[in-house]
Amino acid sequence: MAILDKHAVLEKNVTLLAVCSFLVVTIGGIVEIAPLFYLENTIEKVEGVRPYSPLELEGRNIYIREGCYVCHSQMVRPMRDEVERYGHYSLAAESMYDHPFQWGSKRTGPDLARVGGRYSDDWHVAHLIDPQSVVPESVMPKYGYLKDKLLEPDYIGEEMATHRIVGVPYTDEMIEVAAADFRDQADPDSDYDALLERYPGAQVRNFDGEPGVSEMDALIAYMQMLGTLVDFSTFTPDASR
Amino acid sequence: MSTEEKKNEAGYGTTGHVWDGLEEWNNPLPRWWVWTFYATCLWGLIYTIAYPAWPLVDRATAGFLGYSTRAEVAEQIAEVDAQNADLRTALAEADLTMISDNADLQNYAVQGGAAVFRANCSQCHGSGAAGVQAAGYPNLLDDDWLWGGTIDEIAYTITHGIRNEQSPDSHWSEMPAYGRDEILGEDEIGQVVHYVLQISGQEHDAAKATPGAELFLNECSGCHMENGMGDPTQGAPNLTDAIWLYGGTEETLTETITNARFGVMPAWSEEWRAAGGLDQAEINAVAAYVHQLGGGQ
Repeated sequence: MAILDKHAVLEKNVTLLAVCSFLVVTIGGIVEIAPLFYLENTIEKVEGVRPYSPLELEGRNIYIREGCYVCHSQMVRPMRDEVERYGHYSLAAESMYDHPFQWGSKRTGPDLARVGGRYSDDWHVAHLIDPQSVVPESVMPKYGYLKDKLLEPDYIGEEMATHRIVGVPYTDEMIEVAAADFRDQADPDSDYDALLERYPGAQVRNFDGEPGVSEMDALIAYMQMLGTLVDFSTFTPDASR
Repeated sequence: MSTEEKKNEAGYGTTGHVWDGLEEWNNPLPRWWVWTFYATCLWGLIYTIAYPAWPLVDRATAGFLGYSTRAEVAEQIAEVDAQNADLRTALAEADLTMISDNADLQNYAVQGGAAVFRANCSQCHGSGAAGVQAAGYPNLLDDDWLWGGTIDEIAYTITHGIRNEQSPDSHWSEMPAYGRDEILGEDEIGQVVHYVLQISGQEHDAAKATPGAELFLNECSGCHMENGMGDPTQGAPNLTDAIWLYGGTEETLTETITNARFGVMPAWSEEWRAAGGLDQAEINAVAAYVHQLGGGQ
């Protein structure tokens, strides 16, 4: 086995070993990771998916800050029991603007990928303040303090610009009027037509029923749009994907 | 790197490594282990050919078994639907008032409806359908109905919901915020509160209730009716019984009249929410389930 004996050359030369290890890992990466970025059947264009509005994006930040992902996943898996309980299985495109994604694999609470529109804003407020008041069986902690913390959209434009660097198609206009959009979405008396044009399907309401834009407003705005962007009455999944 | 100088009984030399004089025999791996290893390599190769795996130019190989997660779940759902196809079709097309005449259909509807209820409705109405008292989530076990308690009315409410933006046909009514919008003064609200306490048979101040009666007639009777019995076509609750959606104490009544209430129920039909709504058979099932809980009319 003369060729195997050549292995001794690698074992005795640390630089050569490092170079060759790197080469092997590179090949593995190219085969396993790179194709996901160009293969047609891993990237599916789906109509309706859009970047988060400024208020939704802020709600998402609060969702991440509070560690909601520790107990709630955001991915309805393609299995019958999940589809029957939560609705249509999630599409990759539905989280294409998530940085980072919130798929998760641990469900102490239910999956939230399609929670949008399932419950009223009032329910979300009551449930976040005291989950057991509406769901006695729940083990969820209380998040009532979100209602007391008012938000100012000082940095939301910068945040969106940062998301643009990693590929979220926010336009200059979106970033420029981010602060106004942020406030308008929580104010049904505002002039929000342009907002809806920028973010089709965005819901404009005073989510927590109190004046000002609170963390509660942002989080509920985010949850109420989860899983609602794709119109599944017109979308036919390609079974080969 | 075996050394030739030294061999054991089986004829194998040492690895040539020496640690403090200790040497290691260079025995080969057991045959069974080696062949299992080669078999798993072969299995791995066959597996990647059978199932989607190898990335090519613009698509990955589909695998000769033609497996697809999406096709599999669609198949499983179709299979279960097909098993219940007769019942599902019968349920979707049924005249709701006639379901209870057909024992098989009624049983299927109630069992299926209970499952739908647990997954979708229990978060607000409670896992036992008793609602959340004084919080705006009605008890569905009693015979007090805000928007009507016949099975057809229940099915309509489930389909379109109440005061939501999803269905253009959702139930809609809006109680004025008498205090916040300064329609009534604080004293007047107190009088109406005491009149409502009176007609609901609770302890009240008659001196306030008497002028409250007139205010009630002018301001409230349009929806809650002159006798305070409410109007299910407007979602106006009966104020003369002991059942309260937001509480029937002086404090909660004052809050209700001052700031009004605006209870929202989502529209559940898949027509309004294709990703997670209910189809007609499921709506009819959960309507049949709720209707037979005790209060159905």
